[in-house]
Amino acid sequence: MTIMTPMTMRMSSTPIRTDRRGLLGLIGCASLTAVLPWRPAHALDADGAHALIDRSLAEVYQVINSGQPAPQMYQQFEAIFARYADVDVIARSALGPAARQTDPAVFADYKQAFQGYIGRKYGARFREFIGSRIEVTGARQLKSFYAVTSVAYLNGRAPLEVEWHVSDRSGEDLYFNIIIEGVNMLASERAEIGAMLARRQGDVVGLAADLRQAG
Amino acid sequence: MRPNSPPVMALLLTALVAAGCAQAPVQQDGITINDPYEAQNRRVHAFNKGLDARVIGPVANRLKGEDDDAPRDPDAPIGPLQMVINAGRNLSLPVKVVNGLLQGKPRDAGANLTRFAVNSTVGLGGVFDPAADSFGVTERDTDFGQTLAVWGVPEGAYLELPVLGPSTQRDAVGQVVDLVIDPLYHLLDGREAGAVFALRVASKAGDRARFGDTVDGILQGSADSYAQTRLIWLMNRRFDLGETGDDYDPYDDADVIDPYSD
Repeated sequence: MTIMTPMTMRMSSTPIRTDRRGLLGLIGCASLTAVLPWRPAHALDADGAHALIDRSLAEVYQVINSGQPAPQMYQQFEAIFARYADVDVIARSALGPAARQTDPAVFADYKQAFQGYIGRKYGARFREFIGSRIEVTGARQLKSFYAVTSVAYLNGRAPLEVEWHVSDRSGEDLYFNIIIEGVNMLASERAEIGAMLARRQGDVVGLAADLRQAG
Repeated sequence: MRPNSPPVMALLLTALVAAGCAQAPVQQDGITINDPYEAQNRRVHAFNKGLDARVIGPVANRLKGEDDDAPRDPDAPIGPLQMVINAGRNLSLPVKVVNGLLQGKPRDAGANLTRFAVNSTVGLGGVFDPAADSFGVTERDTDFGQTLAVWGVPEGAYLELPVLGPSTQRDAVGQVVDLVIDPLYHLLDGREAGAVFALRVASKAGDRARFGDTVDGILQGSADSYAQTRLIWLMNRRFDLGETGDDYDPYDDADVIDPYSD
């Protein structure tokens, strides 16, 4: 088992591993360095959800303001996404009912491709946030999870409302959805991945190959 | 239509029934989609997409300039593109004041009026935005489509309009009414009104240039750009109008996607 520290994850040029054991190793390191969102013996609450998004945003802005070339930024966005978001449940939800019939190895490959696609696609959007700031304004319980509200202040634009849905159902405190001015990331990825899967006549292996070219 | 043409009548009835069948709104990707004119809308979408790829996109990218991908200093003075966007948006404020009043929201109307007064004078004809920068008065975006929503008019079917893009039956009516009730067009003479209209179109083009990467991503990068545009536009529009659910309660919202419960 490879234990990856946050540092090697950031510097690594190979695809970032998100398999269960790798992630657990990662969480182990994190608890020592207090970098990652792991709170032993505490259930998720509003403060924890609030703090998770604060930390995630601080890292995102660090990358945005670093002025690096785009491909390196996308890779780091992917790493941040893999660390703070529940990639497994997002990828599963985006794939829809097909996820249940998919072979675990094929699903893992799709998930890896999906993660890179998200890093590139939303990375490109984050670049429009250069010179902006996002303020986390609150957190409230919503069903079985927490909704963290924030406001994005962009130059020359009315402020944007951004909501994050955070859950501990995976065993860790992670976010699984971002809603920007009502535009639900999980919903739009469900539609997009659904359309891509239909184009491949339901072949998840082909979908993963397409995802590596997309975003 | 003359009553003595039964084949035409039958054909028309069949078409109506077929349209009626297609008219039932469906739940899709967590939202209600009412798109009985999908076939026609998709043809318009293909046209708009081609227009964007061949005309609007290239012009917008030229407007934006080549070096705009580099990180900008937030304190740097604004460029000519932002000036055009600001000036055009400023000229859209009077009709937003009217709509604010029609919706019974005097505070929103007041904020937009204040912005118009401050930016038209101190902001040199709306080129700069001291209302927001110095006084914290931001725009309350609205239109007659929203006024109709406030008055209880239902959204109607989804429409994709040529050049103008995504809309609904209610918003399409609103877009026409907005042109009619805009105070600027009543106060100005023909040439001035033409100039105002041109500047507002240029401002829209400037917005397209600034957010070009996002537009390109959806239009040219999606597997089904029609469905993706429709979904994103409807989610955003309903959010703006406070219509995310018929009786929206964020604490008991069936539309909230909870992937853990699937």
